[in-house]
Amino acid sequence: MAEKIQFELVSPAKLLLSEPVEMVVVPGEDGDFGALPLHAPLISTVRPGVIDIHNNGKVTNRIFIAGGFAEVTGERVTVLAEEAFPLEELTSEMAAERRAAADLAVSDAQTDLDRSRAARQVAIAEAMVIALR
Amino acid sequence: MPSLKDLRLRITSVKSTRKITSAMKMVAASKLRRAQTAAEAARPFAERMERMLGTLAGAMAGQAGAPAMLTGTGSDQVHLIVPVTADRGLCGGFNSSITRATRLLAADLLKQGKKVIILPVGRKGREALRRDYGHLMIEGFDNLGRKGITFPEADQVATRVTQMFANGEFDVCTVVYNRFISAISQNVTRQQLIPFPVPAETDPVDASARAVYEFEPGEAEILAEILPRNLATQLFRSLLESQASEQGARMTAMDNATRNAGDMINALAIKYNRSRQAQITKELIEIISGAEAL
Repeated sequence: MAEKIQFELVSPAKLLLSEPVEMVVVPGEDGDFGALPLHAPLISTVRPGVIDIHNNGKVTNRIFIAGGFAEVTGERVTVLAEEAFPLEELTSEMAAERRAAADLAVSDAQTDLDRSRAARQVAIAEAMVIALR
Repeated sequence: MPSLKDLRLRITSVKSTRKITSAMKMVAASKLRRAQTAAEAARPFAERMERMLGTLAGAMAGQAGAPAMLTGTGSDQVHLIVPVTADRGLCGGFNSSITRATRLLAADLLKQGKKVIILPVGRKGREALRRDYGHLMIEGFDNLGRKGITFPEADQVATRVTQMFANGEFDVCTVVYNRFISAISQNVTRQQLIPFPVPAETDPVDASARAVYEFEPGEAEILAEILPRNLATQLFRSLLESQASEQGARMTAMDNATRNAGDMINALAIKYNRSRQAQITKELIEIISGAEAL
């Protein structure tokens, strides 16, 4: 398959990745979706999880992201993520640490906003654990 | 007429001042380079977020249920002003231009009978504004970006603003910061964050393509998620711009100070040499006339 789709991963601090790929699988809010060239235009929120980049029919790169937004057009996929790093860098200690911090945030939460933020941190920590399996 | 010793002391003291200012200039120059790179690296995220937001807002146009952060609360009685200044001085007009702009804005709004709340970011701005507008001021943020601004720091500010907005404490939020143009010029910029002005449709050809976007889970849900994120992004951008501007302003100010110190040393050195010579001549004359009298 010669057709490629331009994949961009952007964090607030910098453009992390910009390369043509065969397919990306993004963990959307309502379920994972694969984006191939000529995908219908789509904007979706992204839940914490792993982005799979496929090349030559194989997964060539796996990236953990802590949620964000994705925009898909026929030619490109843009993922805005506040936090992203290669899956190889994720360790179970990191997940456990995150989990502990998240649990602390839950018990400390005073307002609704605090609670929803804490819940998000818990979701990120849980996604880390799942990603490590 | 100061004595020779006084002059000598004066020259030494100006020389050490020059050493300090020139060191500060060098530090500012290297910090400026780093801040500038950071500001440039942050641009793609903000651009793409704006594009997405434009698409979403376009799709939501004319529909009910758009979040208040985009459309406003329907009133503009209470204004929140966020002046972004530095924590430290010695950077020329950097801080005072921000406080001046904030004062103007606040005075203008007060004259129109509106209410003003000031949330200062940076120690210098807080101190300068406290005298006139202390009663309107709420606790702000200091010491941001000691080692370069990070996104979580911007997020802290954004969370605070979001929370205040959710509690209905204000209707309109404006941030005042120095936009970085170059090392010698910064522009005081006022940017309205809430309600967020939707970026104008830039590409009319794109507009037809936008209509067919699918949204998961739905326009309103995504908007509700993306708007607070966008607020953090915009604040992050202004903090980065402000930091680059601060270093640029400091570099220029310190460069001027170094040059002035150099001029002063030259002038003092001439004065010193002249009076030294005058003294020698005077002593010679005294000796000669003493010898002649014999």
